[in-house]
Amino acid sequence: MGCGSAKPTQHNQNHKLQLKKSMRSALLIQRWYRQYVARLEMRRRCTWNIFQSIEYAGQQDQIKLYNFFGFLMDHFTPASSERNLISHIFRENEVFQDVEWEPYFCYKSIEVPDTYAGPHLTFPLTVSNITELVEAFKHKEQLHARFVLQLLGETWRLLRVLPNITEVSTCHSKEITICGDLHGHLEDLLLVFYKNGLPSVETPYVFNGDFVDRGKDSIEILLILFAFQLVYPNDVHLNRGNHEDHIVNLRYGFTKEVLGKYRLHGKKILKLLQKIFSWLPLATVIDQKVLILHGGISDTTDLKLIAKLERNRCRQAVKSKGPGGQYSDGEGDRYSAAGRRRVRSLTHSNPATARHELQRRSLQAYSIRTSPNVEEELRERRRWAGLSASYERIHDPISSDSDPDSGEVLETDAEEWKQIVDMLWSDPMLQDGCIPNEVRGGGCYWGPDVTQEVLNRHNLCLLIRSHECKQDGYEFCHNRKVLTIFSASNYYEVGSNRGAYIRLGPDLNPHVVQYQASRSTRELTLRQSVGRTERSALRALREQLFAHKSDLISAFEEYDPEHTGVISMERWAVATETVLHLGLPWRVLRSQLVGCSTQEGMINYNDWFRELALMDPNKELAHTGLLETMYRHHSNLETIFRIIDTDHSGLISFEEFRQTWKLLSSHLKMEISDKAISDLALSIDFNKDGSIDINEFMEAFRLVDCSNGATRLMQLTSTESLYHTS
Amino acid sequence: MRRWVQPGTSVARPYWGEAIVSELHKRISSAFDVFDHESNHTVDVREIGTIIRSLGCFPTEAQLHDVIAEIEEEEPTGFIRFERFLPTMSRILLEHRFRPVPEDLLLQAFEVLDQQKRGHLDPEELTRYLTQEGEPFTQEEMEEMLSAAVDPDKNLIFYKDFVSVMTVDDPW
Repeated sequence: MGCGSAKPTQHNQNHKLQLKKSMRSALLIQRWYRQYVARLEMRRRCTWNIFQSIEYAGQQDQIKLYNFFGFLMDHFTPASSERNLISHIFRENEVFQDVEWEPYFCYKSIEVPDTYAGPHLTFPLTVSNITELVEAFKHKEQLHARFVLQLLGETWRLLRVLPNITEVSTCHSKEITICGDLHGHLEDLLLVFYKNGLPSVETPYVFNGDFVDRGKDSIEILLILFAFQLVYPNDVHLNRGNHEDHIVNLRYGFTKEVLGKYRLHGKKILKLLQKIFSWLPLATVIDQKVLILHGGISDTTDLKLIAKLERNRCRQAVKSKGPGGQYSDGEGDRYSAAGRRRVRSLTHSNPATARHELQRRSLQAYSIRTSPNVEEELRERRRWAGLSASYERIHDPISSDSDPDSGEVLETDAEEWKQIVDMLWSDPMLQDGCIPNEVRGGGCYWGPDVTQEVLNRHNLCLLIRSHECKQDGYEFCHNRKVLTIFSASNYYEVGSNRGAYIRLGPDLNPHVVQYQASRSTRELTLRQSVGRTERSALRALREQLFAHKSDLISAFEEYDPEHTGVISMERWAVATETVLHLGLPWRVLRSQLVGCSTQEGMINYNDWFRELALMDPNKELAHTGLLETMYRHHSNLETIFRIIDTDHSGLISFEEFRQTWKLLSSHLKMEISDKAISDLALSIDFNKDGSIDINEFMEAFRLVDCSNGATRLMQLTSTESLYHTS
Repeated sequence: MRRWVQPGTSVARPYWGEAIVSELHKRISSAFDVFDHESNHTVDVREIGTIIRSLGCFPTEAQLHDVIAEIEEEEPTGFIRFERFLPTMSRILLEHRFRPVPEDLLLQAFEVLDQQKRGHLDPEELTRYLTQEGEPFTQEEMEEMLSAAVDPDKNLIFYKDFVSVMTVDDPW
C-alpha cells in the first residue's frame, strides 16, 4: 500500500478478487430472482385473464338473456299457452302513473319500532346525520326502511333538477377527488374517506358509477353517497354507471342484497331506485377541460347532444335488440330507426294521426279494431318495450303535465340511446378506430385516434373513466389522455388488485393514490397473493369446464375415433378452447387443471372429468344432460325466476317453473321432454309442497370439490359467492 | 431448423426432431398469447423479459436487451411481433441458452456476500449489494425481495432457508 509501488500487494489482490466475486454473486442472485418474479408475473397474468374472460362471458350471458326476452316477444301470441307467464313477467316492468307512485313510496306509514337501535335520520339532513350513518354502517348496522325510503325520496327530488352533465370548477384552489367503481365494497369507500377525508365543501368528490352489485354492501354505499350529496349538493357529484340498471342488478346481486336486507319493503326500495338510477347524471366536466364518465366514448360522442337529451328515459341499457344493432346476435334490428321515431311521435300527435301511426308500425301488427283482450296485450307489450304507458293516453295526449316523469317511459331516439350506452359501456383499445364492443355486448371499443378527435372537438384535455378493473387500481392509455380509475380493491379475490382514487387540482394534473383494503392482504408476499387469487380463478375455471362436460366430451371423442379414452395434450387444449371460447392459454394452464393420468403427454379425459367435480350424492338428479344445461344457464334461469317471482317471496309454482324451462329450452333449441322437466321439478321440490324455492333450486348446483375434501364451491356468477369476506 | 437431406442418401434424422420443434412452437406461442392483449400477435416490448423467463430461461438484463434488439422492428414501435419472436425464441430454447441457476451455485453466491460466514445477512447489506452491484435492482424489486426474504422476528435474511423456499418446484 505504499505510494508509488508498482506491484499490487497480496491484500490488494485479495480485495480485488473479493470485489469481483461479490459482483458476480450479486449478478447471479439478480438473474435468478428476476426469473422467479417473471414466472410469478406469468401466473398472475394468466389468473387475471381467467377472471376477466369469465366475467365478460357472464356479461355476454346477460345479452343472451335479453335476446331471450326478445324471443319471448316474438312468440307472444294470444293462443300461446305461455301467455300468462309472459305477461306475468312483463308486469314487472310496469310503470306507475305519477299519481300512483307518491303514496306507494310514502314512508310515513312505516313505523320505526322502539327496538330499532340504528340511526334516526332527520330531514333536511345534517352533517351529524351522515357521520352517524357512516358510523352505524361501520358497525354493520342497518338503516331502517322508513329512513331509506325517505332518503331515497329526497335524492330523487334532487337528481331530477340536475343536468345531464355536471360542470365543476377547481376555483378556490380546491382539489377534487375522483373515485371509480365501488361495487358494494364498503370497506374500500371507508378506506378512501379515512385516507382522503369525508366529502365536504373543502373536499369535493366525484363518484364515477358502478356503486352496486357484486360486493355485499351496495345499499349502504348508495345511502352514504346519496346522503353526502343531499348535504353537499355542490360538492358531491355522482355519475351513472352501467350497473345502475335494474336488469343488471337482477343478475349481479344488488336486487338480492336489498331483498335480503329489507324483507318487507325491499321491493319498494328497488322500484324507487329504478327511478333514481335513470335520473343519475351521465358525466362530469371539470374546468371545461377534464371529462369524467363511467365507460367511455365512441367516435360519435357528442356532449352537446348528451346535454340536451332526456336521460331518465333510459331505464335499462339493453332492450331486446336495441337500435344501434350492437346487441343483436345477427338477427337484425327488430325496430327500424324510422319505426322508432314514429313511435315517439305518438304522444305528441293528435289521436287521428296516432291511430294511423299505430297501424303502420313495424313493432306490433295488431290493428286498433281488435278485441279488448288483444289491446290489453298490446299495452303489455308496449310497456315492456318502454313505450307510452297506456292506450288511453294516445287518445288524450299532452295532458299538460309538467312532470316529465308522469308514468311514462318513452322510447328515446335511436341516436340518443346510443350516446348513453356508449358512455356507460365502452372500453378503450390500443388500435385506432371504433368497433362494437362484442365482449360486453354493449358500447364500443375506441382507439387513440378517437380519443384525440373527441377531446379536440370538445376542447378537452383528459378523459377519466372507470368500468374496467386494473391490477394497480388505475391505468393510463392513449398517450396519457385516458385515465382508468377503479376503486374496488380485491375485486376478483382477496389480493387480486389494489384500488385507487385521483386528486385533481387547478393544474389538472391527476395525482393517483392507491390502497388495498384488509391489512392481511397488504402483508401477503407477492407469491402468497398470487397463489390465493390463482386458486380462486382455477376453481371458477373448473366449474366452467364441468358445465360444458358433454360438449367437451364430444369434442374429445372426435379426436379419439377408436374410443381409447385417451387424447394428446395438444388436442385437449384445442378442443377445450373450441368449446369454451374463453381465449385462455390452455397449455400453460394444463398443469393446474389436469392432475390425473398424464403419461407421455396424453390424457384420459373420462378420468379427468371424474376428478373435476362430483355432485352432492343426496341431490343427484337423474337427467344429467338436462342438469348440465341448466347449470350452464343457471344465472339466466335465476334472473328469470326472480322476475317471475314478482312478489319476491322466493317461491314459484311448479307450473311457472315448467313453463319457464320450456321456453328457455325452446329458445336454446334443445329437445327436452315434458316428463323430464316435470321429474326435475318434482325432484327439486324438496319439501314437497307444490312450489319451488328458488334458493333451494340454486342450492342444487353447488359443486363439491373432490380434491378439496369438504370444501363446497360456489359458482362465480352466483351472487353468494361474491359476498366473500376479505 | 431442419437440415435438408439430399435425395437418394439414407434418411438421416433431422437435427432437431419435428415433433420437438412443433412442441416448442406451441409452448412459445402459449406464453406469448398470455400477453397478446389485442389478439393481434403482438406484445408490448416490456413484457418480453417476462415471457422469455417464464419459458425457463435465466438471461441477464444485458442478454435480454440483446435479444430485444434482435427482434425489434427496424423502427422500434414498442411492440414485438410474434413472427420475429418465434424463430429467435426457438433457437434460444433449442440451444439451451441462458441456463438456469442451480441451487448450489445460488447458495454459494449468498455465502460470498456473507463475508463473516454467519449464515445470515442484514437487509441493509443485501440491499447494498443488490442495488449497487451487478445489474442493480430497482427500489421496488429490492423491497419485494426483502418482503419475502427477511425473517420478520429477527430482521435478518437466513439465505439458506430463503433459497430452498424459493426453489420449490413451481408447477408452471
